[in-house]
Amino acid sequence: MNTETISIFTPATAARFDALVLKYPVKRSALIPMMLYAQDEIGYLSDAAILEIAQRIGITELDVRSVASYYSMLRFKPAGRYNVQVCTNICCMLRGGYDILDRFKEELHIGTKETTADGMFSLEEVECIGACSWAPAIQVNYDFHDELKPELVSGILDAYRGKASSKGGR
Amino acid sequence: MPRLVSHPDEVKIVSRRFGQGAANIDRYIELGGYQAVKKCLAQGPEWVIDEMKASNLRGRGGAGFPTGLKWSFVPKQSAKPKYVLVNGDESEPCTCKDHLIFLHDPHSVIEGTIIAGLAIGAKMGFIYLRGEYRYLLEIMEKAVADAYAKGFLGKDIFGSGNEFEIITQTGAGAYEVGEESALMESLEGKRGVPRIKPPFPAVVGLYGGPTVINNAETIATVPHVITMGAAAFSAVGSPRNGGTRLFGISGHVEKPGVYELPMGYNLKKIVYEVAGGVWKGRGLKAVIPGGSSTPCLLPDEIDIGMDFDQVGKAGSMLGSAGVCVIDDQTCIVEFAQRTIAFYQHESCGWCIPCREGTDWIKKTITRLHAGFGEAKDIDNIKYIGENMLGRTFCPLGDAAAMPTLAFVKKFRKEFEDHLNGKPCPFAKHA
Repeated sequence: MNTETISIFTPATAARFDALVLKYPVKRSALIPMMLYAQDEIGYLSDAAILEIAQRIGITELDVRSVASYYSMLRFKPAGRYNVQVCTNICCMLRGGYDILDRFKEELHIGTKETTADGMFSLEEVECIGACSWAPAIQVNYDFHDELKPELVSGILDAYRGKASSKGGR
Repeated sequence: MPRLVSHPDEVKIVSRRFGQGAANIDRYIELGGYQAVKKCLAQGPEWVIDEMKASNLRGRGGAGFPTGLKWSFVPKQSAKPKYVLVNGDESEPCTCKDHLIFLHDPHSVIEGTIIAGLAIGAKMGFIYLRGEYRYLLEIMEKAVADAYAKGFLGKDIFGSGNEFEIITQTGAGAYEVGEESALMESLEGKRGVPRIKPPFPAVVGLYGGPTVINNAETIATVPHVITMGAAAFSAVGSPRNGGTRLFGISGHVEKPGVYELPMGYNLKKIVYEVAGGVWKGRGLKAVIPGGSSTPCLLPDEIDIGMDFDQVGKAGSMLGSAGVCVIDDQTCIVEFAQRTIAFYQHESCGWCIPCREGTDWIKKTITRLHAGFGEAKDIDNIKYIGENMLGRTFCPLGDAAAMPTLAFVKKFRKEFEDHLNGKPCPFAKHA
């Protein structure tokens, strides 16, 4: 396929994908990063994204879906613009991870795996994110926030609201 | 930015450049970086492997396999290309040491990877980071690009005529991918399902070629072994356990953090001195010595040296050296439930003892903690756990069963206290 003309991705991402398939000894090694970068750009793995990734790597769409369904960070439905991931695994639990999760639910008026009506935030309870000695910790998209307290939650949300209105971008 | 801590008992080898701006390649060189690899280029592969063997460096991922021995298993002649694979999938709960290495000292990982490549005769290395570590992947990518620009990577590294390429790779969320053969599957663009062994990766690994796979901390330690010399490095630790470990201390302590201490350092001192003791003046209930998969130790079991052999003798494992401290107001049943819930979530489902075992233990403990348990549940948990041990494709089944069995054995009364409709005697999520 001529990906330059019909790619659903921005030119920068399309160029990145062109390079990715040449990066490894075997083309298919590009699959997981490609899926993640696709999701970063359009918010989830849409049918169109899956089709294009399959064609770029030369495997079936079913292969792409099969691999994607294995990895917890990949999703087939849109999340909020800022996906709040609260770790409640043991080290975070011991230092109040569930209190942090509860506070996000209260502030956002949503439960886990839900998205706010304005599409700004989604909320997830996640497994260990590798910040155990700085617990409780969360990630908002890829940003870490360590050593949290429930009273810091509203400020974190306000900062992302501010970022959204000033940047307009993802 | 994760907070750095320090303690007078620390011996900073792997962490000596933390907080010194060493992610910048010129700063790294100024701090003595890229000297070890030059020494290895001059001395040759056999000398490197002998040094690694003599250093008593053992794998930091958890299994504690001697690094030099692992490297020596790679056949000298191979029809297929050989590879070095750095496991930075760091996903074991209680473990966040590699996080700091990638953040503060990415070039030590690159330098260690090149040295491993020279030792086994590989021309390509991969550095695999878990997907959640995107900001660290970007730091690693920049470091790799800077190393190429200096001629430390590429067709003619350091003007030696040797070729070595490094490729960085991201995961996308999966604990199981930290298992070495599952990691290779993931790097080949597949579901992270483990491979049967033998053949071992040293013979048939990534893309079917002989592969050395090491934990990121192990690899970051390698240049220091070369710089210090094997004898000096080995002398820092305890017998057969060379050097230091990055102990990630978490849970109910006053001063959690990642501390670098000599192998064999006393666990009781780690809890009460290095980490400042149990928080809020509370008593100690248990310590997880090496990541969530390792059996817990009771307060009277922690007067031991933290190395692979001594912790093994005490009935647990040094594992990833992630030390999690649990205070006396914590419900162990709830803690056990959260632990098994993790392994149930992360089981890849490939083999039945793990897939079914984690699920049934989770269901049973969840019900028991909610106050709907029956007396036979406690023995059932034990029965299921014992039947998972050693019967799975990869260590995930053991990782789920071992801590569960220890909780039931060491805290049986606490499980019994939840029976007969009794509410949990502890505050929720204490």
